[in-house]
Amino acid sequence: MAPTLEVISKPCGHPEWEEPFVVNMGPQHPSTHGVLRLYLELDGENIVKCDPRIGYLHRGLEKLSENMTYTQAMVLTDRLDYISSAANNVGYCLAVEKLLGLEVPRRARLLRTIVCEMARISSHLLWLATHALDIGAMTVFLYCFRDREWLLDIYEKICGARLTVSYPRIGGVRLDFTTEIIEDLYQFTEEFPSRITDYETLIDVNRIWLKRTKGIAVISAEKAVNLGLTGPSLRGSGVPYDVRKYKPYDAYEEVEFEVPVGKSGDTYDRYRVRMEEMRQANRIIRQCLDKLSETQGEPVVAEGAPDLLMPEKRKKPQAVPHPKKGFLVKGAEVPVVPEGEVYVSIEAPKGELGYYVVSDGSGKPWRVRVRAPSFVHISAIPELIKGHMVADLIAVIGTLDVVLGECDR
Amino acid sequence: MEEILKTLMPGLILIVEALVLLLVALLHVAYTTYAERKVIGHMQQRLGPNRVGPRGLLQPIADVLKLLTKEDLVPAGADKSLFYLAPFISLVAGATSLAVIPVWEKFVLANVNVGLLVVLALSSLSSYGIILSGWASNSRYAFLGGLRASAQVISYEVAMALSLVGVMVMAGSMNLSEIVKAQTASPFKIYAIPQILGFFVFMVAAIAETNRTPFDLPEAETELVAGYFVEYSGIRFGLFYLAEYFGMVVMSAVAVTCFLGGWKGPFEVPGVPFFWFLLKLYALLFFYIWVRATLPRYRYDQLMGLGWKVLIPVSLLNIVVTGFLKVLV
Repeated sequence: MAPTLEVISKPCGHPEWEEPFVVNMGPQHPSTHGVLRLYLELDGENIVKCDPRIGYLHRGLEKLSENMTYTQAMVLTDRLDYISSAANNVGYCLAVEKLLGLEVPRRARLLRTIVCEMARISSHLLWLATHALDIGAMTVFLYCFRDREWLLDIYEKICGARLTVSYPRIGGVRLDFTTEIIEDLYQFTEEFPSRITDYETLIDVNRIWLKRTKGIAVISAEKAVNLGLTGPSLRGSGVPYDVRKYKPYDAYEEVEFEVPVGKSGDTYDRYRVRMEEMRQANRIIRQCLDKLSETQGEPVVAEGAPDLLMPEKRKKPQAVPHPKKGFLVKGAEVPVVPEGEVYVSIEAPKGELGYYVVSDGSGKPWRVRVRAPSFVHISAIPELIKGHMVADLIAVIGTLDVVLGECDR
Repeated sequence: MEEILKTLMPGLILIVEALVLLLVALLHVAYTTYAERKVIGHMQQRLGPNRVGPRGLLQPIADVLKLLTKEDLVPAGADKSLFYLAPFISLVAGATSLAVIPVWEKFVLANVNVGLLVVLALSSLSSYGIILSGWASNSRYAFLGGLRASAQVISYEVAMALSLVGVMVMAGSMNLSEIVKAQTASPFKIYAIPQILGFFVFMVAAIAETNRTPFDLPEAETELVAGYFVEYSGIRFGLFYLAEYFGMVVMSAVAVTCFLGGWKGPFEVPGVPFFWFLLKLYALLFFYIWVRATLPRYRYDQLMGLGWKVLIPVSLLNIVVTGFLKVLV
């Protein structure tokens, strides 16, 4: 391995220079999870150089939100990590609420926590499904999708949408849960732990699975921190950093849960961490459901929350429109969001998702900057893949759990 | 006239027999794909094909028709002649082995004395199709797939041949019909019991030889997109699939003949002399499908490690033990 590396590192034109075997993996490739493109230089099956190239899913969400009101811009956050849209919404809402100085009612906080954890479970299920499929275990894939469907159906009952939910709103949530939803969720939390055990019996004792994941893409705690990894990818290396514990938001202070950590920081440990996180998320949902009955009938939106209505169309002649907060009314802007800047981060399923919002005092954000975990994680791929083979690259992309919608924004 | 007929008769019968065998084998191959999709579907809590015909029974035919009418694309820069030739090499090498398999006592196309060698030789030849297709496609993924396939097929060929040596020693023949007869005369009636190691090695090697999960590295969908046949389309693509399933059927048939007692069963089924042969064949094909639904994929180096460090030593040990027993008993 080593001598070949040396030969390839010779400059072009050098007599010992060999043309590298270059493979462009992606953007159209079944297992790069979207449109990630990896520029690979191979020596046989070994990877000599790996260079991620991103931007194929860039939609300019940050820039777009500068031309929208705060409420409208929240809908864009659905499209970041489209697998766990509820968590993205919550992050954005928390940032704007901090800017506005809004106090969210307790019931709304509980409801948000529930949808966030549902998003975590559905994201981890999708991760497990694709990770297992990438390594070749096809059956797990379909089992996971079956259970994810269950969650999506509940989402549909909650707000009408399955993927891009936009359920939270600035100052609370859009609608209260009906008793039917609460019953559904109780049933889900009752049965789901046994499903996790099912998956584990399918792959956890499988020798091929262990061979493919143990000792693959090992990363030490120090290196993981330096690379900026967050979420399960960091906790797999044994760093117990979880925003939900360190800077609790919403109802995470009220509920009990553990932060699972790995030891060796390899693919297998990250897999274990995520499986355990699903159990903990289930536990959190259960506790929040129990607490919902205490707050029965309370409002789910803060009092001073900006309205959800769309801005008035200018051509519509109206006598004296009631000035809605934060919107253009007949060309006149009603400033409600005080000048200032905030940074709020939450524990999204993929890692630490941060929102940096700058307000100039108008009805629209002056700048929204998203700190996306997937973006950071993709930059860690070349480090993780050192000395591994093509087949491991697939495992590495899977284990980091990247979503390109979030990375490219 | 009569004399001419008399001289031609054996040849004609052979041709008819060959056609019948080919037709039956093709039907089996087609419906193996259907069975695979159905069985895996039910293992994965879904239905599998159920739209074309009653219970989706016409699905294989629809698939073939679709593949036949698709455009046959050749990528720019491909080595055309090799590109055209490769799928046929795979298919012919895979399907020809059927000729030496005794379906029942009186139905074997070519009762040659080196039947086992023919099977091994042809399955080695089929790897040429894979290598050439990978090379001729002028695509990096296909090239990687072709490289993987050649390394895999060659190393597992060794293990497979060695695992069959035990059977040859016990039966004292390489004629497949003779092997079945010798098995019936042996105390256990089937060689799978005394040759349990050989049977295990053979089955693992057979899965690797036919590039099926967990050894489907050459066509690893999630790594190499489709591996060596990534550039193929239309019926040529279909031919590779056909070759793979032919390989499955042939390998299962060899396993049935060499280890499971061929057409012999616990009792005679009147009117259907090949009943037991087919039953055992289907059981093994089901095994193939079951494995695919259960196991993840090996990595390239792990696969080679398994082949050279586990399977070959085990089969060598098997040969030594079998030889000693043969001498002693």
